[in-house]
Amino acid sequence: MKVFLGLYLVVFFGYLLGPLVIMSITGFNSPGFPRAAPWECLTFEWFDVLYNDKRIVNGIQNSLIIGIGTVILSVVMGMAGSLVLTQIWPKLRATYYTIVIAPILIPGVVLGISTLVFWDRINVMLGFTSDSFLHNGIFLTILGQSTFIASYCMLVFVARLQRFDVGLTEAALDLGATNVQAFRKILLPFLKPAIGSAAVLAFLASFENYNTTTFTFGKYPTLTIELAQKVRYGINPSISTLAFLIVVLTIVGALSHEIYQRRKQLALANGAPVGAVTGGFQLPKLLRGNPAAIVMVILAVGGFSTIWFASVYSPEACKIEVREEKRAHQQQLIDQIKQQQIEREQQKLQKGPDIFGADKNPAGTLESPGKGSFGSVFDPQNLDKAGPEGSTAPSSANPGAGAFGSVFDTQNLKKQTESGN
Amino acid sequence: MGAGVGVELKDVWIRFGDFVAVREANVNIEGGSFFSFLGPSGCGKTTILRAVSGFLEPSDGQVLIGGKDMAGIGPNKRPTALIFQNLALFPLMKVWENITFSLEVQGIGAADRRKRADELLEMIALTGQGDKLPSELSGGQKQRVAIARALCAQPDVLLLDEPLSALDLKLRQHMRTELRQIQQRVGITFIYITHDQGEALTMSDRVAVMRHGIIDQISDGQSIYDDPSTPFVASFVGENNVFRGKVKSVENGMAVVSTNRTGDLRARIGGAAKNNLKAGDEAMIFIRPEAFSIATDTGNTGNQVKALVTNEEFEGQAYNVFLEGDEGKQIKMSLVNQGKVRSSSMGKDMTLEYDPEQATVLPKGELASE
Ligand SMILES: Nc1ncnc2c1ncn2[C@@H]1O[C@H](COP(=O)(O)OP(=O)(O)O)[C@@H](O)[C@H]1O
Ligand SMILES: [Mg+2]
Repeated sequence: MKVFLGLYLVVFFGYLLGPLVIMSITGFNSPGFPRAAPWECLTFEWFDVLYNDKRIVNGIQNSLIIGIGTVILSVVMGMAGSLVLTQIWPKLRATYYTIVIAPILIPGVVLGISTLVFWDRINVMLGFTSDSFLHNGIFLTILGQSTFIASYCMLVFVARLQRFDVGLTEAALDLGATNVQAFRKILLPFLKPAIGSAAVLAFLASFENYNTTTFTFGKYPTLTIELAQKVRYGINPSISTLAFLIVVLTIVGALSHEIYQRRKQLALANGAPVGAVTGGFQLPKLLRGNPAAIVMVILAVGGFSTIWFASVYSPEACKIEVREEKRAHQQQLIDQIKQQQIEREQQKLQKGPDIFGADKNPAGTLESPGKGSFGSVFDPQNLDKAGPEGSTAPSSANPGAGAFGSVFDTQNLKKQTESGN
Repeated sequence: MGAGVGVELKDVWIRFGDFVAVREANVNIEGGSFFSFLGPSGCGKTTILRAVSGFLEPSDGQVLIGGKDMAGIGPNKRPTALIFQNLALFPLMKVWENITFSLEVQGIGAADRRKRADELLEMIALTGQGDKLPSELSGGQKQRVAIARALCAQPDVLLLDEPLSALDLKLRQHMRTELRQIQQRVGITFIYITHDQGEALTMSDRVAVMRHGIIDQISDGQSIYDDPSTPFVASFVGENNVFRGKVKSVENGMAVVSTNRTGDLRARIGGAAKNNLKAGDEAMIFIRPEAFSIATDTGNTGNQVKALVTNEEFEGQAYNVFLEGDEGKQIKMSLVNQGKVRSSSMGKDMTLEYDPEQATVLPKGELASE
């Protein structure tokens, strides 16, 4: 039983986290196409590439601006929506709820298109030119995303409001508060945790949104848009390093939240005021029985040592070595294939035309440097035909790494060697 | 008394849809007095209080505070402060901030508020506890904070909605005295709501007894107890033995009722029935347990009840003797403990007698337990 449970957990977490781990590893491997195996050289150059990639950096900037705008708009609209829900005539409540929740169920693509069309109409009606702010990508994206993110926020607020004692507002009114004062001093502080959750939720939803944004971004592509475009035109491991950074940030964020919560619980359990425990950094006590904190410390140590290592370590030596190795291997391969071709020519001459030359060529399959089955099929073609055609065909046909990695490599190496890098 | 601000309800009806929560309430509450609404849960007490504090408008009729019609005036503009049934202390504010909330919304600075809070904390015997959160206080302490918070607003009328119901017995009795003292000290009108007749009788100048939306009787505590005006009041306030029957004769404010099993019983006609009860009417006789004594001369009729003793219990200040009464209901008699050893009369017939002046005849009506 225990064994099965363990196995299940391994499979489960492998399924959840495996892709992230693999992707992170590819960010530290030197080949120009992201892949984890075969491992060549440990490198940090992709972080540099990422940092110097104007489009990515710009995309992050736009994503942040849009994210902040969406948070503000969605949280305000979500809160207003949830408050109306508590005030509305009970018979209308269910209908109202359905209407306000509907945007979550509508496909993001539809929301994107309708936002675009709607504001374009408004723009025309108001007689503005096509470069007015109503056509601004940031403006449209914030509005478009907020249409459904506000509904998420509303759900968060509704959950919190259900636990609110209306008597508290009444008590405030009874003591002479105006409605605005009662809202500001009683309801708003009560909703504060929900505001935090809704803001985080809204930001994440905005940051990762693609299908609505793709219609509205105009001149301001967000990170997701940039990434999608990159994938379309071929990617390099700097994307993996970005993924790695995002994963690390998420883990650090989640862990610090967890630690804060634990401390607070600890404080309450001990009957001490919260500030007394959350105020100072009390590592030893904190570490006791707190796995989250331990992981955090390990992560921090790991992070620092990585940075230190990165500043000292240079992958150049390793790379040259690998390159030499590859070149030798490549040469060998080329020779081999040429040899085979010659043999084949001879066979053709003997047996007449053969359509599937590669099929009858077990040697190629076995000895191709990549593992993928495609590799061997394409290999001879690539060598026959000119380079560029061979490289575009597989990358658009098959975005997987393993399957056509070898093709890429041969190409790259060939070019590199030719240019005498 | 008389100096404070009075409250008046004139023909007040309160309806929720088809449901009538308060029916034709006419109440005149003298300024500076301690007035209680007493009634079982769900009879509309809170609803009346909410109409006075402004959280709901009567469907019909008027609420006047200090002679002024309150129609259209919101709760934050009325000179009332309400102590909620669940107290409704602000959980995220410290005790002193809770107490001075009414000052905060007037824009009074923190230093002044703190000073006022400390004065009030001293009054409610919670000196030095101002920086705690409400969740860190005990039930009785929360109670007092709620009172201080309401008093801090300097209302003309303080409304209290079953404020002691969540406390344990000892604390409840202590807080009764304390509340009464506070009321006498500050001299404002208190309107107090409770389903506990002990609270209503001990604290109030006047009590209104309610039964599902209807006010049956408004009177001082003693009149309510000694001279109930309806069978409901008679059975709800204090303990009472009930005997049913038909009126046989009426004279000089006294009536003789022939009961099914206990024979003829004589008693004073109570409440508004004095002038219109006549022979042949269905009636009920109410005799308090302490009004009974053991008959010395068993020959009399009209003020004696003979029944089988089924149970006896010793309660400290009293012996309770239970006898088999009408329709399976038991008759209870309480004898003051005078320190003499009594011999048991279990299983024997016993004849009880009472003073007809202390018993009440009322036209047949609804009882509290029914
Ligand atoms: N807002 C409301 N809507 C409908 N019915 C209500 C409302 N408030 C109170 N009632 C009803 O009015 C009656 C009296 O309630 P309430 O005044 O709270 O009784 P209590 O005497 O226990 O304080 C109850 O039957 C209750 O169900
Ligand atoms: Mg109530």
